[in-house]
Amino acid sequence: MYPENFRYTKEHEWVLVEGDTGTIGITDHAQEELGDIVYVDLPRAGAQIEQGKSLGSVESVKAVSDVYSPVSGEVLEANALLADSPEKLNEDPHGVAWLVKVKLSSPAEAANLMTAAEYQTYIGAEK
Amino acid sequence: MVDFGGWDMPVQYSGIIDEHNAVRNAVGLFDVSHMGEIEVRGPEAGKLTDFVTTNNVSKLKTGQAHYSGLLYEHGGFVDDILVHKVADDHYFLCVNASNQDKDFEHIRSLNRFDAQVENNGDQYAQLAIQGPKARATLQKLTPVDLSAIKYYWFTDGEVSGTPARIAHTGYTGEDGFEIYVPPAEAVRMWNLVMDAGAEFGIKPAGLGARNTLRLEAKMALYGHEIDASISPLEAGLDWIVKLDKGEFVGREALLKQKQNGLTRGLVGFEMRGRGIGRDGYEVYLDGAPAGWVTSGSPSPTLNKNIGLCYLPLDQAQIGKTIQIMIRNQPVDAVTVETPFYKRAK
Repeated sequence: MYPENFRYTKEHEWVLVEGDTGTIGITDHAQEELGDIVYVDLPRAGAQIEQGKSLGSVESVKAVSDVYSPVSGEVLEANALLADSPEKLNEDPHGVAWLVKVKLSSPAEAANLMTAAEYQTYIGAEK
Repeated sequence: MVDFGGWDMPVQYSGIIDEHNAVRNAVGLFDVSHMGEIEVRGPEAGKLTDFVTTNNVSKLKTGQAHYSGLLYEHGGFVDDILVHKVADDHYFLCVNASNQDKDFEHIRSLNRFDAQVENNGDQYAQLAIQGPKARATLQKLTPVDLSAIKYYWFTDGEVSGTPARIAHTGYTGEDGFEIYVPPAEAVRMWNLVMDAGAEFGIKPAGLGARNTLRLEAKMALYGHEIDASISPLEAGLDWIVKLDKGEFVGREALLKQKQNGLTRGLVGFEMRGRGIGRDGYEVYLDGAPAGWVTSGSPSPTLNKNIGLCYLPLDQAQIGKTIQIMIRNQPVDAVTVETPFYKRAK
């Protein structure tokens, strides 16, 4: 369920680091808690984002939630798919429904995030 | 699960939209056992109930129910409630969970009649079976002829051998029933109803769908459209206020409000720009703050983003362009007729 090569935040985001590029998304647990997602607001390419700071928001039928960036860097691309098909976030949050790709300013940052096993323990304990 | 007035309640099971559509198109089952029940008994039970509520209790026949307001002297809402007349000397009030104790104390403090007030929330579990297939579902479980219970009437009968108060009421804008059963039987009842509805595609429905369904039908939610600072006249609930029925708590304030003219009114809107105007967001008219959103959500039935807001009365007209501040950005919306959804009869 939770890919081993991702790192996870307490606020239920994930990041996949490949070289100096990071791909950011929200976790399956997050989409399940949010329910039917109707809007996704993402930063434009070129925007600077910072670890722990809001990079955008995800809105479901019941509520709006900030998305906190797991890493710092410059946005290379926002996932255009989500503008027209936000429901993809409910279907495939770890795959096609990634949120943004980032050029990492400090790739080592991801090391202070949770591993898949740690995250699963974390959401298990949260319930 | 979320904490809702001390109750652990599911916001959703299969998803709000899925559950919402099940209720509009087939049938959904809600566990609404959190709702409070207050019973008024005694020779003057009717007089007390009439004195503390806005609707005309003396017009109720035995077996009939109506929607009503419990007001403070100043005309604001203590709660909105359903009043059921069980007998001349017995009235059964269904109240909001989080207001139950407040309501009970309020009614008791006003009791100068030959009547007793009982706070009986823990004696009843409540299930709401709602949707076009609600009747067919429930009928399989009860000898009571459900087609003989008119809308907003109820019968004391049984469901699968368990004593049940079966009311033709609901909070979804759809046809349906609400049943009150002993708490010890609640789980068995839930499973029976789920089994009975399986052939129609019944789905369990949570607080999320309950909110989107009631909003489409423009039914008020305490803490949103109504609260202690809002009168029923402002909330567009004139139809539950019977000013000529005689003395009742809040009447003087409402008369005065009527005399002086209302200053604000509740109006429906549809978003034009991208976004959802949610509870508490500010509403702007011509660049200036003018009101606030009481409820807002995507409407699964209409596939639009809808909501309700308070505006100055002279501005609360249909077809007006307004701006809703969504995270510091003004987004266009237009005021529309309500209810947003009305079922075909």
